[in-house]
Amino acid sequence: MKMTIDMLNEIRDKYKDSVTIRKHADGTKVIVAMGTCGIAAGAREVLKTFVEEIHGVNDITVGQSGCVGDCANEPIVRVVTPGKDTVTYIKVTPEKAKRIAAEHVLGGKPIAEYQA
Amino acid sequence: MNVNIKINGVDYSVEAGSTILEACRAASIHIPTLCYLKDINAIAACRLCLVEIKGGRSMVAACVMPVSEGMEIFTNTPKVQKARKMNLELMLSDHQKSCLTCLRSQNCELQQYAKEYGVDDVNTFAGTMNEFPIDDSSAYLVRDNNKCILCRRCVAACKEIQGLGIIGPNDRGFDTHIACSFEHPLGDEACIGCGQCVVACPTGALTEKDSTAGVYEALADETKHVFICTAPSIRATLGECFGMEPGTDVEGKMVAALRRMGFDGVFDMNFSADLTIMEEATELIDRIQNGGKLPLITSCSPGWVKYCEHYHPDMVDNLSSCKSPQQMFGAMVKTYLAEKNGLDPKDIVFVSAIPCTAKKFEVGRDGQSAAGEGIRDVDYAITTRELGRMIEHFGISFKDLPDEKFDSPFEIGSGAGAIFGATGGVMEAALRTAAETILNKPLEKLDFDDVRGTDGIKRATYKLGDLEVKVAVASSTKKANELLKAIESGEEEYQFVEIMACPGGCVNGGGQPVQTANVRNNTDLAAIRAKVLYDADKNLPYRKSHENPLIIKAYEEFLGKPGSEKAHHILHTNYVKRGK
Amino acid sequence: MIRSHVLICAGTGCTSSGSAAVKEALITEIKKNGLEDEIEVVATGCFGLCALGPIMIVYPEGTFYSKVTAEDIPEIVSEHFLKGRVVKRLVYQETLKGDEILSLNDTNFYKKQHRVALRNCGLINPENIDEYIAMDGYQALARVLTTMTPEETIDVVLKSGLRGRGGAGFPTGLKWSFARKSVSDKKYVCCNADEGDPGAFMDRSVLEGDPHSVIEAMAIAAYAIGSDEGYIYVRAEYPIAIHRLEVAIKQAREYGLLGKDIFGTGFNFDISLRLGAGAFVCGEETALMTSIEGKRGEPHARPPFPAVKGLFGQPTILNNVETYANIPKIFNEGAEWFASMGTEKSKGTKVFALGGKITNTGLVEVPMGTTLREIIEEIGGGVPNGKKFKAAQTGGPSGGCIPASHIDVGIDYDNLIAIGSMMGSGGLIVMDEDNCMVDIAKFFLEFTVDESCGKCTPCRIGTRRMLELLNKITDGNGTLEDLDKLEALANHIKSTALCGLGQTAPNPVLSTLRYFRDEYVAHVVDKKCPAGVCKNLLTYNIDADKCKGCTACARKCPAGAITGTVKQPHSIDTAKCIKCGACIETCKFNAIYKK
Repeated sequence: MKMTIDMLNEIRDKYKDSVTIRKHADGTKVIVAMGTCGIAAGAREVLKTFVEEIHGVNDITVGQSGCVGDCANEPIVRVVTPGKDTVTYIKVTPEKAKRIAAEHVLGGKPIAEYQA
Repeated sequence: MNVNIKINGVDYSVEAGSTILEACRAASIHIPTLCYLKDINAIAACRLCLVEIKGGRSMVAACVMPVSEGMEIFTNTPKVQKARKMNLELMLSDHQKSCLTCLRSQNCELQQYAKEYGVDDVNTFAGTMNEFPIDDSSAYLVRDNNKCILCRRCVAACKEIQGLGIIGPNDRGFDTHIACSFEHPLGDEACIGCGQCVVACPTGALTEKDSTAGVYEALADETKHVFICTAPSIRATLGECFGMEPGTDVEGKMVAALRRMGFDGVFDMNFSADLTIMEEATELIDRIQNGGKLPLITSCSPGWVKYCEHYHPDMVDNLSSCKSPQQMFGAMVKTYLAEKNGLDPKDIVFVSAIPCTAKKFEVGRDGQSAAGEGIRDVDYAITTRELGRMIEHFGISFKDLPDEKFDSPFEIGSGAGAIFGATGGVMEAALRTAAETILNKPLEKLDFDDVRGTDGIKRATYKLGDLEVKVAVASSTKKANELLKAIESGEEEYQFVEIMACPGGCVNGGGQPVQTANVRNNTDLAAIRAKVLYDADKNLPYRKSHENPLIIKAYEEFLGKPGSEKAHHILHTNYVKRGK
Repeated sequence: MIRSHVLICAGTGCTSSGSAAVKEALITEIKKNGLEDEIEVVATGCFGLCALGPIMIVYPEGTFYSKVTAEDIPEIVSEHFLKGRVVKRLVYQETLKGDEILSLNDTNFYKKQHRVALRNCGLINPENIDEYIAMDGYQALARVLTTMTPEETIDVVLKSGLRGRGGAGFPTGLKWSFARKSVSDKKYVCCNADEGDPGAFMDRSVLEGDPHSVIEAMAIAAYAIGSDEGYIYVRAEYPIAIHRLEVAIKQAREYGLLGKDIFGTGFNFDISLRLGAGAFVCGEETALMTSIEGKRGEPHARPPFPAVKGLFGQPTILNNVETYANIPKIFNEGAEWFASMGTEKSKGTKVFALGGKITNTGLVEVPMGTTLREIIEEIGGGVPNGKKFKAAQTGGPSGGCIPASHIDVGIDYDNLIAIGSMMGSGGLIVMDEDNCMVDIAKFFLEFTVDESCGKCTPCRIGTRRMLELLNKITDGNGTLEDLDKLEALANHIKSTALCGLGQTAPNPVLSTLRYFRDEYVAHVVDKKCPAGVCKNLLTYNIDADKCKGCTACARKCPAGAITGTVKQPHSIDTAKCIKCGACIETCKFNAIYKK
């Protein structure tokens, strides 16, 4: 291969996101509860949806936690924004996840009806 | 271009690019060196030549540090003297201090500096010492690493002067020692025995293999007829063993000394040098006229012959089949002289005094027993140094001796024979005879200046009637290699080539008296010693080998004519393709 | 969709602790649980906290798992990756605050560090050139080749104030400018990756964790001085580093970043590796080049300096790995940025290999001027086991010790020389009250005696004699005259040896004599080792209060040195005692002690 500056920049941009994951995130965290109850209720699909939609964008990270205790309301998703109150969503589905991602996480407006 | 410097407070203008050592030398300021050999070994390893520089971070080694504009050098401050003394003390702490019995005592550079720098306690840094085994596996020299100060001068002589590199440092740190690869004994390696390492060594680490024991024994044995012949160049150097200036002709005293030692006959090897010329000039003309292998290359240097056998085995057939003058002499003594005087060759002990360590190997070669199976042409070959020691042992006061003459029937050598000891001498001697033979008339000028001098390679072309003879002369195997490569590749073409293993010829041989690095670095020893031979040549009654009456007689009475079957039987030999 | 990266350290330290097995187990377990499309496992270079290896960091959480074994993996996968529950017992405790995972940058170990040379170590996969490029790799080379002249390039390095990180601290820009000035159509760029100091592994970590930074820097250097060929001389004892370099060079060549007409500018440059063969002296500039030339690795006198006449007789620059590692960053962030860190005469950062009596052994990179106290007490986590800090050795066998009285010295080239030590390559060995400074000096001198090439008189013989004197002292046979002789000899070797090895070999002796002369005197006059290390000077004693008179030790003693009646306190005859320690091992009542 004959490297040019344009090709170099292309490679950089392609892989930058991947490597950037490897630093301690300071932005908004979307945490999907992945206890056994959550997984049984479909939390993995919810997690996948959030990852596809917003992971890595604007310093936002999608992570997971253990069971939060509210097993009947799984899948449970918490949105933790630095400087703001944590918002907890219950009975989240992949469709709801898409809306939460677009309107709350990116748009900044929490969705009241999906909350407890 | 010059630069301005100060040495010990005095202003000097010296050549730009010269080292501090060279600049001081030019200003007659002496700086001690143990590892420095001009153009050959400048490695700043011994740390003796340290000097102080104004504004310098530390002391610097004078032998490698170049001068620069405005440099202020101090060669003898207390700090410098202390540093030199301490390095000497360190060297002595791992040196076998057997000065009383060491062959180099009184001619040892370490001993000399220890005295100069006031080393008052050789045990200042006493500690564990290395105990190296002695290598006496070769016929020509002995290495005792317990006396070695690792100056690397021997390594440099072998690599830089001779282009060989047989020895080098093995192991590291305190265990470092000079040896052959993989600790092979020297006798097993393709060493040519030239002894250049021996004359480079500042201490008693390198000495020749002793051959005097047998000579003492023979001299004391009344049933033996002990004869000795002296090589052309040692009359120019033997005096150095007794503190005489290099370049003093001591032929008369040498003969007188030998006679007083009890030799039954003291002969002039210049005679057999003439014999060699007779045979070799004939061989040359024969090869030229009859399409023989050319160039013809001389074979009187046993170091060169061994080098040829190891490193240029394909050129072995170019070598003259003539034995060396030493071997020819022995052969003649045990046949011609034995016959003449009714002696049994078995009762003859023939000793050769030569400037050469390689000849100790030569005496044992096959094909060197003209008088019969098991009767060696030459029994012992002793170096100039060994001869000097023997003269002292016999209580002879060399400098006070009168001049005496050689014994008959071998007391005459021509000027051509005399100059054998210098590089180009054999060539010139051969040309005198070959030219007159071919031209069939006496030469107007006997001096062949083009082949004289200490250059490594000399080339010349001579027109002898219709014949154009291209000749080349090389000394040191490094230069020989250069010349041979050019010949082998077809780049250069010659009819006759003279090669001597030692740079400058036998006057610089590995068996000659050892001069300190100081002398070697600052004088052209080879030229000074060679001048004795060329001066002798000018004043001798016979200057051509074929005019030597004893030579004429020898052929008439005994050999027939040059190249005859008898001559071949007695005076010629063969060689071995050894490879590395 | 990859939602998580798991970084596993594949530096030599963690590899020796078993990180390769951890990685294999992890990959297997991830596959078993069908997570291979979600979780990426990345083998990286050294994170620096080597004491806690094998190290595994899970992003985006940033969970720092330490001392992970292959047996821990199933638990980590099921608890953390599947259920999102961090396995607390394996987390580096300092980063755990309740349920919250603190950023590594907030820990004592990393807080004061500023990783410049080590910027990519522990972050990228060193065997993947794309990840290096993702971190702005080869941007500097591109800009230098297409927009800057060689003189401008050298100017940046000069302005940055970068000094050689191999130990001598020579201004890098100045070295390059000398080579530039030399006229020759063949010049060489060499990298000193011999890293011979015992205890130093900074260069190793850079080569294992970020080899491309060195390659890019060498290419920039080659452009600057007018060279088209480079050699990396790496010690053969670094097989992983060698492998990473081979991979990196291959990948760089495939991308056209090494070879002909780089970035279409007509600039050619390629690199070959040369392996060392176990000689510390071959880390010396001229010996290294002699070794590359195929000769016996011995130094030779300077002048001529390599920038004028070096490898194969041509103008050559030789720089250390760490020096090169800084270069791309300097060009990307600017000379001013680099010069804004550090002290007036020592700019930038320095990597130190912390070892010895310190809690956080490993690799740290701090701005020049950071005090020894900060490094030891904060970053290093202090001296363990409640022991007191006694001294720190910097510069390995060429350096000196810094005693507790100088613990507030700001670490930079000139400060260290002023107090009798030197920066060296960055090895920093911490010593506590149980270390004998005479023994330490002996340890380093044993190394240099072994490694001396043997060419020059003072080093070949002098260092050996120094060691013999030290042995005499630690054996209990030393005299005060021996101390004077030792010091005189040390000063002599320092001022007359041919090369840096010999010139600095006496440093450990001289600096311990300077700051701990009382310990030497104790060894010589009182025949005692205050730290309790030198075997021959110890006496074995029985504490009468603790001894039960069980006679077990007396029966065990091979020299018959213990006497006593049953049930009565026994005693040891010092004259007969051979100090084998069998009695201490035998005693069940801890009644025997060394003094």
